[in-house]
Amino acid sequence: MFDVDIWQEIISTIRKNKLRTFLTGFSVAWGIFMLMVLLGSGNGLQNGVREEFADNAVNIMWMWTGKTSLPYNGLKEGREIRFTNEDYDFLTIRAEDIDQVSSRFYLRGDITYSYGKEYGSFSTSTCHPSLLDIEKIKLTQGRFINDLDIKELRKVIVIGDEIRKALFKEEDPMGKYIKVGSVPFKVIGITLDPGTDRNRQAYMPFTTAQRLFAGGNRVHNFTVTTRMVSSVKEAEAIDQHVREQMARRHDFDPEDNSAMGSYNMLTDYIRTMKIFQAIRLFVWIIGIGTLIAGIVGVSNIMLILVKERTREIGIRKSLGASPASVIRLVLLESVLITTVAGYLGLVTGVGLMEAVNFGLEQMMAGGGGEQIFFRNPTVNFSTALTATAILIVSGALAGYIPARNAANVKPIEALRDE
Amino acid sequence: MIVLNNLHKSYVTGNNSLHVLKGIDLEIHAGEFVSVMGSSGSGKSTLLNILGILDDYDEGDYFLDGKKIKGLNETRAAITRNQMIGFVFQSFNLISFKNALENVALPLYYQKVSRRKRNVIAMEYLDRFGLKDWADHLPAELSGGQKQRVAIARAMISKPQVILADEPTGALDTATSFEVMQILKEVNDQGITVIIVTHEHDIAAMTSKIIRMKDGIIGETIINGDLKMYREIIRSENTFSYV
Repeated sequence: MFDVDIWQEIISTIRKNKLRTFLTGFSVAWGIFMLMVLLGSGNGLQNGVREEFADNAVNIMWMWTGKTSLPYNGLKEGREIRFTNEDYDFLTIRAEDIDQVSSRFYLRGDITYSYGKEYGSFSTSTCHPSLLDIEKIKLTQGRFINDLDIKELRKVIVIGDEIRKALFKEEDPMGKYIKVGSVPFKVIGITLDPGTDRNRQAYMPFTTAQRLFAGGNRVHNFTVTTRMVSSVKEAEAIDQHVREQMARRHDFDPEDNSAMGSYNMLTDYIRTMKIFQAIRLFVWIIGIGTLIAGIVGVSNIMLILVKERTREIGIRKSLGASPASVIRLVLLESVLITTVAGYLGLVTGVGLMEAVNFGLEQMMAGGGGEQIFFRNPTVNFSTALTATAILIVSGALAGYIPARNAANVKPIEALRDE
Repeated sequence: MIVLNNLHKSYVTGNNSLHVLKGIDLEIHAGEFVSVMGSSGSGKSTLLNILGILDDYDEGDYFLDGKKIKGLNETRAAITRNQMIGFVFQSFNLISFKNALENVALPLYYQKVSRRKRNVIAMEYLDRFGLKDWADHLPAELSGGQKQRVAIARAMISKPQVILADEPTGALDTATSFEVMQILKEVNDQGITVIIVTHEHDIAAMTSKIIRMKDGIIGETIINGDLKMYREIIRSENTFSYV
């Protein structure tokens, strides 16, 4: 296969037709360049949007209560629905389609947090340990609320980074006691979620809050994760099924959105990802289309080349060139042009997207770019590899018909003196 | 070396069939120096193409070195051409972007001889034809006579048994034509069968056997005593003489 002579022959013909070879190669390079840029941009957009979903588990669902607006089972509308600790037990143990559960109990009014002379007003999230996974909370120090904290109603608290800065300045907050209202809580962890307002929030055990702030067995809302599915239809069915289960427990119409409100993010997530799938398909179609145009160009040029070289091919055949060696000559030239040109396009395209990515990261690092819906617009290695394989195959395809024509050249016709 | 029995060849174009060779019987022995003459359309080029396995025939037999040549596939034909036959053409048919050395070495490339080895051999052949100093020149930089010498060197390099020359002097002036014929004579002296197609009487007169073709058959074969007479006639017709 590797034969110095055949490459020398090919290179000498390419050298003879520099401009033509360049133009041909350019169309292929342009095709693959556009494919890479489009794919990279598609990826960038998708990554940017995915980032928006990254603050929570994608299968998160919120449920809250209100007053009924529809009569149900002989009961009049206007009834107030309330979640209780029994609902928590139901959701964690028996409910279908539910994975992790955290209850939430709202503290009334503004709560002042203080440490020594420093104080400030911050919001409090009362929760179960599952919230760590459900809301994808990131800890920089210590630990999150655990089951023992819930069971023993411990007065422990996990604070957001903004709270740490406000109350502790440079001091290490771990193990220190801060006052929430007038009750001292021990700091057990620090959270930091860039790009969210959670840094001005503290997390305390749900049970502790319920007891300390006179909540009885009242639960204001539930944050849960549902069974993971891949279609919008299934996600909507889960939402419906959860509502039905809660409606049965509390005697309200499952369609009554003011009795119980719910939001299932999975539906939106899947819908968005479906759009990106469609975009990616579209990009591939356009990219492949551009590439085909390039390949047809190569094929065209090779046809002309074979036509021009008919006499030369005839001479070769009269000297003993077999049809196979003639085919190899044309095919390899075609593959060489497409592969080299395509590779250059590939490198340029990937290079450009990497440069854009570098620029974006610089902007992010500089604190800007929060609103940019564009992250990591690069093409992964396997895609680039696929593109390379497509190139080589298409080079061979482009050369096939011309090569066959060349093999069919009849020496007597080619050598006839005009 | 070459035996033809009742060879027929027709070209079919659409509904018309052109019967070009109408039963050729011919025997050419190893080491003969033969010329084929005839007006255009007499079928001499077709005959040469068939002898060179560039074209197939319809009827009859063609034996080359005792082997019957009929219906070979392209690859087989290419191998036989490469090993048995050397071609020399009127318009030289050198490959324009290859220098003299590379042109001469090309048949050996198709015999899969290594690059270094075939360049050494090609240089020997160029030297033999007095073209050593022109080895790295492209065909465009050579004179007609030099080009034809390169072409003959190329035809010789694969040590063929037969050299087929189609109007080898057709594009050359008189002096160069004789020079080229001298070379072909030397080639023939080495025992290689040389067959040339020509329409020039003085060129044909330099060969040892003249085959005249007429309307697809062999009209007459001039040898021995007849040939001497033929040469006399040609000599008297021309102002120049040759040795």
